[in-house]
Amino acid sequence: MEVITTDIAIVGAGGAGLRAAIAAAQADPELKIALISKVYPMRSHTVAAEGGAAGVIKENDSLEYHFHDTVAGGDWLCDQDAVDLFIRQAPKELIQLEHWGCPWSREPNGHVAVRPFGGMKIERTWFAADKSGFHILHTLFQTSLQFPTIQRFDEFYSTDLLVEDGRCVGVTAMEMRTGRMHLFRAKAVIIATGGAGWMFPFTTNGAIKTADGMAMAYRAGVPLKDMEFVQYHPTGLPGTGILLTEGCRGEGGILVNKDGYRYLQDYNLGPPDPWPRKKAMELGPRDRLSQAFWHEQQKGRTVSTRWGDVVHLDMRHLGEKKINERLPLVRDLAMSYVGADPVHELVPVRPVVHYMMGGIHTNIDAATPIPGLYAAGECACVSINGANRLGSNSLVELLVFGGRAGHHAAQDARSGSVPRVAEGAVRQRAEQARKRIADLFLREDGKETIAGLRKEMNATMDDGAGIYRDQSSLQETCTKLVELRERYARVHLEDKSNVFNTHLIYTLEVGSMLDAAQAIVHSALLRTESRGSHQRLDFPARDDQQFLKHSLAYSQGADEPRIDYLDVVITRLPPGERVYGGEA
Amino acid sequence: MAYKTIELEILRYRPEEDETPWFQLFRVPCEEDWVVLDAVNYVKDHLDSSLSYRWSCHMAVCGSCGMMIDGEPRLSCKTFVRDLPDRRIRIEPLANFPIERDLVVVLDDFMEKLQRVKPYIIRQEERAIEEGEHLQTPPQLAKFRQYTLCINCCCCYSACPQYALIPEFIGPAALALAHRYNLDSRDQGREDREDVVASNVGIWDCAFADACSQVCPKHVDPAGAIQQMKISSTLHWYLDHLGLGRKKR
Repeated sequence: MEVITTDIAIVGAGGAGLRAAIAAAQADPELKIALISKVYPMRSHTVAAEGGAAGVIKENDSLEYHFHDTVAGGDWLCDQDAVDLFIRQAPKELIQLEHWGCPWSREPNGHVAVRPFGGMKIERTWFAADKSGFHILHTLFQTSLQFPTIQRFDEFYSTDLLVEDGRCVGVTAMEMRTGRMHLFRAKAVIIATGGAGWMFPFTTNGAIKTADGMAMAYRAGVPLKDMEFVQYHPTGLPGTGILLTEGCRGEGGILVNKDGYRYLQDYNLGPPDPWPRKKAMELGPRDRLSQAFWHEQQKGRTVSTRWGDVVHLDMRHLGEKKINERLPLVRDLAMSYVGADPVHELVPVRPVVHYMMGGIHTNIDAATPIPGLYAAGECACVSINGANRLGSNSLVELLVFGGRAGHHAAQDARSGSVPRVAEGAVRQRAEQARKRIADLFLREDGKETIAGLRKEMNATMDDGAGIYRDQSSLQETCTKLVELRERYARVHLEDKSNVFNTHLIYTLEVGSMLDAAQAIVHSALLRTESRGSHQRLDFPARDDQQFLKHSLAYSQGADEPRIDYLDVVITRLPPGERVYGGEA
Repeated sequence: MAYKTIELEILRYRPEEDETPWFQLFRVPCEEDWVVLDAVNYVKDHLDSSLSYRWSCHMAVCGSCGMMIDGEPRLSCKTFVRDLPDRRIRIEPLANFPIERDLVVVLDDFMEKLQRVKPYIIRQEERAIEEGEHLQTPPQLAKFRQYTLCINCCCCYSACPQYALIPEFIGPAALALAHRYNLDSRDQGREDREDVVASNVGIWDCAFADACSQVCPKHVDPAGAIQQMKISSTLHWYLDHLGLGRKKR
């Protein structure tokens, strides 16, 4: 096995991984940084974020507003010390990106422009037209190219974290071009592998978002936190699940049902006029809007199409000029994939799995409970997102906490305090990881296909862990996942080649998703309350007495996870009612 | 019910077992709103799990899934089956790149060239965060915005006749990116990039065939960028030689 000795190994080269790499490189130009990713950095899914990134910069806004919007938006499950740090750092990170060349959209006077997003008291979303994630990712990637100490390992699929004497000392990764395993021996490891939307059948996520990093940390003993909170974005294109940004509504777009009625007024989000208005109607939070769709569907007031039930996003009144300037990608996507030009036509949309609020348990420094192991971005849970992430906080989260992960990992690596471990033992662990993959090649042929398993996993997650859940559907999904994991343990490799074997990669990804899926449904089953994106038909009320707590799912190997709890950090905003619409 | 059955003629090459690339034919029941990538995914999931190719976003922004479709470099996630003339579609890896396996090409050369043009803001003095953002008016942004839109799909390199002839040519996407930073009001690095941009493998290697701009799925117009750079580079050369240009750092 090839051994690469480095100071910091970063797994994932999207927004969080790149920001971490740059932070570490700037902290100490002597440090060697290995940036490992299963795809080239610019393919990472940060690229698909559209609407923008929130940071207080305008006179009419305040940090207090951003704090309140975030905490209330998260239905009080956010850790308030983390939110405080986050909102203070947010504008600095966005200015830093501006200095690195991010082409933010501007006001006529040359200052950065902001737009409103759902659940916001004041418009504070910085945007680069409707390609904000794309520009952030490319700006970070291009900026990273000037640091010679960042060594990239593109198209290396990471398989296992190496933990020795209770400390993370490296990671194994397979070079996809050759199929050869590599041991990255490091003083600190940062996981920045993004989300897990592909365990669901209908998602905005790219095919690479398969819970890899979450599952690696989970298997290594780190709990996955708040996994039951899965964000459905209210406006995905039917069929493909392609995202249409909240910016559509931020710019003034409205949602109507089959009767042309702005149905959100029936769900404590009205009155509909005057429009547009912050924190009301279409600018309510994502969880409430997706739930409203579900109710409309129950009432038979959605529109049936060949892609399933939809409502309509109406942007016609914005006019061609504004749509071309502010939402050019949205226009292109809607025209291409559903044949509807938003300038002249209604666009069919429906809720779609978009974001995991939960993830690898970290503290405010992006550190996990295992010394030497950090996590940041969507794969992590700090938590600033609570039970429902405020739109446009995630791009900032990966900057703030990616930066902190890089900074703290660099401190670890520089301090000289990293204890020595027996190198032989580390090699042995890496050898075990290699053997786990090699053994897949030796399995006897069977009937099970990886595409088939993935499809069944998708279906059961949709049935059990959708917008509304209950005891029996969750229990069924728990049972099904046990069966799927058993069958997965017997799956054989149809392709036994070494060079760029995507069948092998898909197989490993399905294994990761099945592990993380169990964490989701077991956390959801035991949370007998409704909060934010986790809605239980059998327990419709929020229960602060019992559940002002984070869920922590611990892997039990082949058995089902153990769920524990951790108190939410409340510093200055006691739990209250989430108020949107006319009262907000 | 499938909208129609199509035939995919896909180039296969598995270096461990194939001496030379060959074509494999697949019959795929195809839906009306499918893109070529959907049909390729159908092959992977139902007909042959060993087929390898890159893809992720399925919305034409990650740049992974460029391939030759009926001889043209295109994004397979944005090419609709219904828009192609025949029931039989020929799919090959991007031209002008070595094949790694099946539809996966080796991108090392492009990644190295991207780095070489110094695609980042270069300033004599860094601006402090406390000083806030640079002011940049919408017209200043508009000057370079188009050249920020490249998704690095490499379709332009596949189309470029010069790159096919002269592999050292820096090429369309990387040069357009250099131009993007040169035009940015926040940047002061034009001269630092000039060594590469105006070198014998830079802008002057471009014969303005315009093939890159014609195939660019994001309408970046790299050919236009390169012609603008030729003018600006010439102008600076004269100014420097008349002693009127900025001093070289």
